[in-house]
Amino acid sequence: MIPLAKLLEAALFASARPIPADELSALAPEASPAEIASALDTLREHYDVDGHGVELAEIGGGWQILTRAEYTEAIERAQLAARPQRLSAAALETLAIIAYRQPIGRTEVEEIRGVAVGSILKSLQERALIDVVGRAEGLGRPLLYGTTSLFLEQFALRHLEELPRADELAIALRPSPQPL
Amino acid sequence: MSTETTTMAEVEADGTAPDPAVEQDAPGLLAPEPVAPVGFLVDLPAFSGPLDLLLSLIRDEKVDIYDIPIARIAKQFLLRIRLLQLNDAAEYLELAARLLRIKAQMLLPRHGEAETWEDPRAELVRRLLEYQQMREVVDILERRGDERRSRFARAYLPESGELALAPLALSLGELLTAVDRILRVTKEPTVHTVVARTLDVAGAISMVRSLIATRRNARWGELVARDAEPWQILSMLLALLELAKLGELRLAQPRPFASVEIEHDSTGEVA
Repeated sequence: MIPLAKLLEAALFASARPIPADELSALAPEASPAEIASALDTLREHYDVDGHGVELAEIGGGWQILTRAEYTEAIERAQLAARPQRLSAAALETLAIIAYRQPIGRTEVEEIRGVAVGSILKSLQERALIDVVGRAEGLGRPLLYGTTSLFLEQFALRHLEELPRADELAIALRPSPQPL
Repeated sequence: MSTETTTMAEVEADGTAPDPAVEQDAPGLLAPEPVAPVGFLVDLPAFSGPLDLLLSLIRDEKVDIYDIPIARIAKQFLLRIRLLQLNDAAEYLELAARLLRIKAQMLLPRHGEAETWEDPRAELVRRLLEYQQMREVVDILERRGDERRSRFARAYLPESGELALAPLALSLGELLTAVDRILRVTKEPTVHTVVARTLDVAGAISMVRSLIATRRNARWGELVARDAEPWQILSMLLALLELAKLGELRLAQPRPFASVEIEHDSTGEVA
């Protein structure tokens, strides 16, 4: 491999979080974005073609080295690492609404789900999956929520646009939420 | 409340009625003996809300979502609330009341032209479809989440745990290396004579202000051009610190050496 690919591999190995492209280029200020991209390709091919137990994944707006799925069970059985807990159905529903309608206030989420979501919003925020992104203009200026980069990371999304557009879902809806 | 009691009585009467067709319609739903609802709690899945329960009823009863037999569904809905002994019953009862109201509206005689008649179920159908669409997204998220969960990063961090920052231990040599690195990415790394330069902090402040007026956040790299002169970099740095002090924006650096994120601080503003 070329030295740049090795450097990126070392940095990705050292980091616990996906590293965005611009932070990768800070590693090698002389390298152009195109050179970084091609070095990343080299690294990915190296893992895929030579048959490694890890792969290079593009997730949450960055790059990350991940173990391959086929070894997860063995790793977990040996108690070397544990999968994070799954979110509850209620939490997932709330996240789904926020992901599609952000920035969105608590009341609108509750209107769609038909239940109070105050405590769920709080725990999603504690898990850093959502965050306050601003305030609405209306009465009392309610807080507006949006998803975070950790959300993308935990759902293996490169960016939000990777989710199907609302009109691509099996059930198409009114084009846009009507203001109350 | 009296309406509900009447309906519940009806339901139980139906449930005990020796009508095999009813039992077939909703397997496992109607208690032959209403005194033993506990047995049903075991096989029924947890519902994440009244709309979830209503949707599953509509599926179980195999009715058309655009033409809901409201009387039958309302009856089943009330029955299930009772069987499940739902804790947050207020939200379920609210929907139950809504169903009964729609049922009543459906019974009213329709006057005038057919096209002026608005189906009282329309709003409910819209909400159900919206909810169902969201459930579709939940399925996608669940799949993607499982996909990600089945692969480990080199060092898995629990969601809440942030990396503890190492205590700052900086030698003069490291500090000079850092200065050197900053100067290396600027256009003219070789500095000859030191000429006192006036910094344009005011200019940088107005530039940042106009940027965050239109956007919620920005990054350091977007504010300072790659080939910026040292005085421009310093002006921008002082401008950002000043604006942060004034509470107009927040500065954050997710990780050491990551690009500084600049965020418009709207939470501090008064309504």
